[in-house]
Amino acid sequence: MTILAFTLILLAGAYLAGLVGSLTGLGGGVVVIPLLTLVFHVDIRYAIGAALLASIANSSGAASAYVKEGITNIRLGMFLEIATTIGAVIGALIAVYTPTNTIAILFGAILLFSAAMTLRKKNQEALTKGSKASFRLKLNSSYPTKDGEVAYQLKNVGAGFSIMTLAGIMSGLLGIGSGALKVLAMDSTMHIPFKVSTTTSNFMIGVTAAASAVVYLQRGYMDPGIAFPVVLGVLGGAFTGSKLLTRLDPKVLKYIFCVAISFVAIEMIYNGYNHQF
Amino acid sequence: MKKIISKSLFADHDIEQFIGLQLRYGVITASTIVLIGGLVYLNQFGGLAIPPYHHFAGTEAGFTTVGEISTGLSSMNAKGIIQLGVLVLIATPILRIAFSLIGFILEKDKLYICITMVVLAVMMVSIFGGLKV
Repeated sequence: MTILAFTLILLAGAYLAGLVGSLTGLGGGVVVIPLLTLVFHVDIRYAIGAALLASIANSSGAASAYVKEGITNIRLGMFLEIATTIGAVIGALIAVYTPTNTIAILFGAILLFSAAMTLRKKNQEALTKGSKASFRLKLNSSYPTKDGEVAYQLKNVGAGFSIMTLAGIMSGLLGIGSGALKVLAMDSTMHIPFKVSTTTSNFMIGVTAAASAVVYLQRGYMDPGIAFPVVLGVLGGAFTGSKLLTRLDPKVLKYIFCVAISFVAIEMIYNGYNHQF
Repeated sequence: MKKIISKSLFADHDIEQFIGLQLRYGVITASTIVLIGGLVYLNQFGGLAIPPYHHFAGTEAGFTTVGEISTGLSSMNAKGIIQLGVLVLIATPILRIAFSLIGFILEKDKLYICITMVVLAVMMVSIFGGLKV
């Protein structure tokens, strides 16, 4: 296969990955890693490098809109970024000593977990009485809804912070945004309304991914020939996805994709177990 | 009293708008550079067979440091141009932290000035800390 053919096929594949990632809420980076490794037989380290870049592009592109609308809780994001960036650097450091097959198995497991998380019931309720720490750290805020500003407060700040560190480690180790873990920390643990938690999680993914991306860049994980079609393809797919989301409720699509992605995850685990990476 | 509150709210809102724009233009700039580099890359190497991507070459492939990337740029090397786009992309969220810091300084929010400095420090350690194990 020539470089031209490879680039065009990868561009189309990355576009679809970005589209599916955006419609399911999993993120394009998560879908692009199995595509590169299982379909194109690219070394998982190149796949991780390219996926990290796609995550940064996606996160920053989408965050710009949410920040302007005032949904994102910037203070909360900044506070939790302490946890995710430290985690991401640790993750990127552990990655050197972790066999690629172990990374593939771990990736499959996280993918399964993320698919399950996107199908769960979402927290819509705004908590009215927050914990002491939430006041001290000025984390309580309000966000715009159809019925005007809704104030919310949060609790379990310490537990949320710990899960965020884990999310950061996974992000650095596997090259993904680990949005599912971030939402678990904010949504289920800290009781933040899901619209705030998803946009704030998205806001943090760029910084978290950048923390490990600088380490990976220096280690040669980012190959220009792969990065170029992946970044542009995923970004384009995610853009199309966000336009589609405003027009249709992709509930059925979401179920189909999540089931499909679960099979992909199982294949990653199976191949990793059989030392195929 | 009322005036002070509205003024600080205005600053808060302003910096949010600014961060939103900065993120957007960062991504647009990065992807434009990557696209230009990619087109040059396809023009130069499009007809060749794909490199052995199943084998991980690590740093041997080059373009892993700012020095190597700028050398590649001065000779208009396609891979050098793509990697410049990659650098701009990685720099976009890092720059966002710096702008948030300015925002918190304008608001005189000491707690969040400290928190933002910690995040920025972690980033700097990751960039310059010789983590190239």
